[in-house]
Amino acid sequence: MPSILGTRVKRVEDPRFLTVGGTYVDDLRDPRLDGALWLTFVRSSVAHARLASIDTSSAAAAPGVVAIYTFADLSVEPQLSMPAFNEAMKRPALADGVVRFVGEPIVAILTEQRSQGEDAAEFVVVDYDPLPVVVDPVEAAADEVLLFPEAGTNTAYGRVREPDPTLFEGCDAVVHMTLYNRRLAVAPLEVKGCAAVPAEDGRMVVWLSSQGAHTAVASLQAALGTEDLHIITPDVGGGFGAKNGASAEDIVVCRVAQLQGRAIRWAETRTENVLTMQGRGQVQTVTMGGTRDGRILAYRVDILGDAGAYPMIGAFLPMATRMMAPGVYDMPKVEVIARSVVTNTAPQMAYRGAGRPEATAAVERTIERFAAEIGMDAAEVRRRNLVPKFVEPHKTPVGTTYDIGDYPAALELVLEAAGYDALRKEQASRRAAGDRLQLGIGIATYVEITAFGGSEYARIEVKDDGSAVVYTGTSPHGQGHHTSFAMIASERTGIPIERINLVWGDTDLVPTGGGTGGSRSLQLGGSAVLQTTDLLVEEARQRAAQQLEANPEDLVLDTEAGRFHVAGSPTAGRTWAEVAGNDGLAVASDFTQPSGTFPFGAHVAVVEVDTETGQVELTRFIAVDDAGTMINPLIVEGQRHGGIAQGAAQALCEEFIYDADGNPLTSNLADFTFISTCELPSFELVPMETPTPMNPLGAKGIGEAGTIGATPAVQNAVVDAVAHLGVRHIDIPCTPERVWTAIQEASK
Amino acid sequence: MAEFPVSVTVNGQARRGTVEARKTLADWLRDDCNLTGTHLGCEHGVCGACTVIMDGVAVRSCLVFAVQADGSEVTTIEGLAAEDGTLHPVQDAFQKCHGLQCGFCTPGFIVSVASFLEEHPNPDDTEIREGLSGNICRCTGYQGILQAVKMAAETMQSA
Repeated sequence: MPSILGTRVKRVEDPRFLTVGGTYVDDLRDPRLDGALWLTFVRSSVAHARLASIDTSSAAAAPGVVAIYTFADLSVEPQLSMPAFNEAMKRPALADGVVRFVGEPIVAILTEQRSQGEDAAEFVVVDYDPLPVVVDPVEAAADEVLLFPEAGTNTAYGRVREPDPTLFEGCDAVVHMTLYNRRLAVAPLEVKGCAAVPAEDGRMVVWLSSQGAHTAVASLQAALGTEDLHIITPDVGGGFGAKNGASAEDIVVCRVAQLQGRAIRWAETRTENVLTMQGRGQVQTVTMGGTRDGRILAYRVDILGDAGAYPMIGAFLPMATRMMAPGVYDMPKVEVIARSVVTNTAPQMAYRGAGRPEATAAVERTIERFAAEIGMDAAEVRRRNLVPKFVEPHKTPVGTTYDIGDYPAALELVLEAAGYDALRKEQASRRAAGDRLQLGIGIATYVEITAFGGSEYARIEVKDDGSAVVYTGTSPHGQGHHTSFAMIASERTGIPIERINLVWGDTDLVPTGGGTGGSRSLQLGGSAVLQTTDLLVEEARQRAAQQLEANPEDLVLDTEAGRFHVAGSPTAGRTWAEVAGNDGLAVASDFTQPSGTFPFGAHVAVVEVDTETGQVELTRFIAVDDAGTMINPLIVEGQRHGGIAQGAAQALCEEFIYDADGNPLTSNLADFTFISTCELPSFELVPMETPTPMNPLGAKGIGEAGTIGATPAVQNAVVDAVAHLGVRHIDIPCTPERVWTAIQEASK
Repeated sequence: MAEFPVSVTVNGQARRGTVEARKTLADWLRDDCNLTGTHLGCEHGVCGACTVIMDGVAVRSCLVFAVQADGSEVTTIEGLAAEDGTLHPVQDAFQKCHGLQCGFCTPGFIVSVASFLEEHPNPDDTEIREGLSGNICRCTGYQGILQAVKMAAETMQSA
């Protein structure tokens, strides 16, 4: 029988999403939530101020108001999200005397009904005593306006280091640029939400819109002073890295439920979501030097991360950028300086790629600038500097060890699929004719890191009807784990995938888990399922042997029929149902991967730029993404599609903007230019599979790859389209205004 | 606050209730009818997740007051599959073409597409892209969705 692995199985989890829309936190109609009170936050309307007074007396008298909470009422200690950050930069769940960004929660109002909370919030009077505001991370790095005066600095993580003055000695050509990797609204379609119920046995049941029930446990335990939590993540409508663990608001919801002894619900509005859930945000000062025949000798990137008002995971991500700074290139000298500073903007979360897109954007934009400087084709400069194919681990100058790679093959594959030479001819003819619509071709090659090592749990239980349940510590929110994990379990047991259920996101049913993020789930969670399946088959073989009074070594598992029998004698046998019996059969194990895996690929973007208006149209996008073994190509392609769209969006239109006073200018989906179907072509995907030796599946992560390659590919294409006019660089997003301005300035 | 009676046929079933004038159709469907498949992604008419069909026209139920729907016929995501559970051709095509990932925007897309294909039974690529421009999706890059619309159009044409 041909293996089910590697085939385009349609997702088994789809029907309930298609027919009743699944069940997200706000959709829960669980009887435990009957009569739940509703929580509404009053948020700061200014970027930096002392709270002179908070008058809640009128609000308290509004219809339906049960209670009103400020920081002092909660008795929840401010938390430092990671131990590595500056200790003076702890975040209180509600503002403690000072607000540091627009959208910071100040007051929580508890009402009988949801609409009453919105009404009562209007009656809260906050008297702000304004403080100087710093929005630009470069200004923040000067430490003139301090967000935390007791810290004495705005640096949240990392340190300033003097660059090596000899780094570019011996280089004939050196290019230098400042790159802005802009802030984005993460904007999953489902906003955050939480419901909490203190149960009669003293436990707290919490439903979260989160990428991992288990990763939320520690912060909720610390805030609530109890370990007795039952955390459930129901269906989650996208996360993209920014729904990791529990948020400040989730903590308030749970604490209020604890104080009230009643069920509490909360869901944010879209504006609350985009004001609090942002990612990226780096200023990169890059320098690259080499010879005029195209050999790169040295590269420096000085990363200044914009952490926002309180250091969260986003403040750490310049270190992920540092790890992947050299990308796919064999550069003898690489220097990375990385730190992050606090500013009066939303605290930065992880966003699809989380530090790696920023690394690729920097090196891929810079190498094209270097190619322009020496007058060489950008593809050719890459060819001359790629790390050659390797099957033994490759250590880079920044100390990162890549598992396996063939970057030259990925580049040649994408260039061929794109018809690179023909595109260059077409471009030359349009340039010669002086066409209004000019063609741009942009390349990006990349390598990234996924999973970062670690372990994951799986348990498989076979029931007396022969069906199976897989328990996982990963936490699907769109990635199709039910289908992929069922395929893995089915392949070696013969239990059909439609008879395999998946349980996840429940701390009572699954003892441990790392959730889903960093493209970890298939390689860690899937490998755990594979490993546990093998253990299950062995356990079942022993039991079947007892039942058949045979030697276990003589038994074979017919995976077509899902039945054990003595080799060569199929008449007497035991099905999975019979082996499981009334007691059932269950096996659990943890799979550990010692370090990360390094997916790679190459992308080509083709754009048409209207030289009179600056309007960009992305006309083609061709991608080679090698994430190792594909379990289900349909799902892998879906991950690539979504990633490419988000990466292209960052290059073309998306940017979260604050004015100089820290007022957000893009605080809803009408103002934030979320990419739509009209701005995107159909993507041309080219398969490539180089299995990693790091896990038994050979799988690397695919969740973030598209995003990583797409942004610089599209940006490079836009610059390329107008390079003949003298343009050397355009910042992202490449809006018509920026492109038009670049053309005008080049023609001066 | 004063309440007003409303009577709406939802997915073929008569529903009656009283609502505040300011209550949206989306909130009424979700809270009063317990039809939670209609999702709220922005509540300002951009994302399209809350799309339902009202008297034959696709509308954003976050921008329609429940009182405005009085006397109308409304179809939500819960009303598209056949009673025996057979998926609507649009639902079926979304599954076959991997037109959904996290699933949150999906009800709005499916309802929009079902309505769009009624008006454009044989759409070209440009018409499809424009027809879908009122719905946003963060997961799929719209690729599987576009394929699903084409597949559903073909299925419905040949039916």
